[in-house]
Amino acid sequence: MSTLLASLTAPTISHDFWPLLPELFLLTAASILLIVDVFSTDIDRKLSYNLAQLILISTGVIVLFQFPTSQDFLYHRHFINDPLSATIKVSVIVLASISLMFARPYILQRKILRGEYYLLHLFAVLGMMVLVSGASLLSLYLGLELMSLCLYALVAMRRREKLSAEAAVKYFVMGAIASGFILYGISFVYGVTGKIHLADIAAYLTENEASLTLRFALVFLVTGLAFKFGAVPFQMWVPDVYHGAPTSTTVFLASAPKVAAFGLAIRILVFGFAGILADWQSLLMILAVLSMLVGNLVALAQTNIKRLLAYSAIAHMGYFLLGLIAGNSEGYSASFFYILTYAITSLGGFGCLIYLAKGQQEINQIDDLKGLGMRNPWAGLLISFLFLSMAGLPPFVGFWAKLEVIKAVLNSGHIWLAIIAAAMSIIGLFYYLKVVKVIFFDKPEIENPIRAERSLRLGLGITGIAVAVLGLFPAQLMDLCQKVFQYI
Amino acid sequence: MNIEAIVFYLFSAITIIAAIGVITVKNSVQAVLCLVLTFFSASALWLLLEAEFLAITLVLVYVGAVMVLFLFVVMMLDVDFAALKQGFAKQLPLGLLVGFALFGAVYWVIRSQVFGTDKIPEPAKHEQGYSNVEELGRLLYGEYFYPFEIAGVILLVAIIAAISLTFRGRRERKGQSVREQHRVTKEERLKIVSMDSEEQYADMEITDTKQDEETTL
Repeated sequence: MSTLLASLTAPTISHDFWPLLPELFLLTAASILLIVDVFSTDIDRKLSYNLAQLILISTGVIVLFQFPTSQDFLYHRHFINDPLSATIKVSVIVLASISLMFARPYILQRKILRGEYYLLHLFAVLGMMVLVSGASLLSLYLGLELMSLCLYALVAMRRREKLSAEAAVKYFVMGAIASGFILYGISFVYGVTGKIHLADIAAYLTENEASLTLRFALVFLVTGLAFKFGAVPFQMWVPDVYHGAPTSTTVFLASAPKVAAFGLAIRILVFGFAGILADWQSLLMILAVLSMLVGNLVALAQTNIKRLLAYSAIAHMGYFLLGLIAGNSEGYSASFFYILTYAITSLGGFGCLIYLAKGQQEINQIDDLKGLGMRNPWAGLLISFLFLSMAGLPPFVGFWAKLEVIKAVLNSGHIWLAIIAAAMSIIGLFYYLKVVKVIFFDKPEIENPIRAERSLRLGLGITGIAVAVLGLFPAQLMDLCQKVFQYI
Repeated sequence: MNIEAIVFYLFSAITIIAAIGVITVKNSVQAVLCLVLTFFSASALWLLLEAEFLAITLVLVYVGAVMVLFLFVVMMLDVDFAALKQGFAKQLPLGLLVGFALFGAVYWVIRSQVFGTDKIPEPAKHEQGYSNVEELGRLLYGEYFYPFEIAGVILLVAIIAAISLTFRGRRERKGQSVREQHRVTKEERLKIVSMDSEEQYADMEITDTKQDEETTL
């Protein structure tokens, strides 16, 4: 017994918890909010909302305050602290905060107002933070599960709606299958290498020839990732979930988790499996080409704006994968830039549907946007900024993002991929411009001006202006994206 | 063939047969019982691997608690499993094809030439007095404390999510909900029905309607 005690108090167990402070703070504060929310008598849950925003902002400030300048593996190498993880954490927090701004008025007007709605956002952010600083397959998987579990619940929040329940079940089943694939892959990796840390797996791959079993495991891991990204042929759930979920959840779903999933892909593929780059490169090529083709072509036929945005999300995943396919730090930083700017754009894109929704009504059809430019010129302008950016037109940020990934893939010698990407983005132009045309050149069916809450105007303003400003001055963000990959 | 191999093959066979039973038997209660048998024989396999603590936990937690709860749920819910199985025959060829393809692929990558005992070293036998529990505790609270804590957070989120999705407020209370009343919209209270004017009455009380019209004009 005494030896056991001695070993427990041995110095190997003691840790410096300073680098883990953002996660610890977020977890503690969210748990306190859980108690506060239970005893709160406020029917509008204003206190919970304000506290949730405050917690997010404080966590972001803590991350910024202790922004790492080196790459450290901590806590028995389950946790990695580097500029990449810190940057993703900050961006995820900002995206979550803006999506809460969009969500607040929406859930106020519908019967989904519950304090847990904000809480689950906080826990999802915690999951993403764990995910992007995971340095072992175990902590990566647990982070992914923590994030996904919150998202399943958020999609199901509107349990009386049939469409919403259907979306939740689809999302849950698909997510569970994806997690199962990833876990199955991890079990094979562990079986072959006996390692669970990414650095150990990378070291194993430099020393040993990758066996057939390990390559097979990689297929499972990439398939699971593709499920999470919603890349073709694993995209079936995306339109239904984006359409069926409450719009306030779709806003969140389409932005922050994508950035976190990028972190997951980088950790697994680049930090762990860089040794068999050629293997996952060819897998990603299939995914990218199919996503760009299917996403863009099916989006052409959509009349429902949520489904249009969902198919456009699938197409964007295709472009985003191009940077990873390039397989060098130039490509990874291009991908990072792409996913960051796409997250901002899709946040605004789905957010504008909340902005336009009046009372209990929902905006579903593209025709609902008719004559928006006349009813509210500012909103019309900002929303068309977002759509033009998604289309990849200069001077908006979407143009630079597309340019960077196509440049990266050209430099790595896959000219045919670049040609497909360019051709598909021209096809994509059609349906984005169709929306802009509806906004400015169609006669409105209802003439009265739109009155939206302040937080909605603020959210739409931030995203719309960010898209334009980042498009005019993309250099700083690009520099940052390149700097975070200096350790590869 | 030593006794260990006999025990291994016996329990492996039971595990596989019971697992097939889970998905093939018609009665759902029997399916749950098959699953119990699967867990039970799997725990015997873990005992062979000298993972005594995990084996006992599997029996206590899964067989003892989780599966019994599951059995209750299956017995209490009147799920029409026959209806769920409709279209089974239609999907069978595709299912078999995918199943066999996947089985073939998995077998191909873990066949003995690729993943055999000569490639992967056999796990070392532990000496006498080796404590499974102590070793697990050391790992969980020492080396793996970070993933262990996250697993705890996942359970917390599961509780929050489950309660917030199923809690519908206290049902015995018959008070007014001011919040609901505030949020009520015109569509929920007022029903506007479009209908034709009723001519029969108009003929009978022609004078009245005329008067009405005059007053409205």
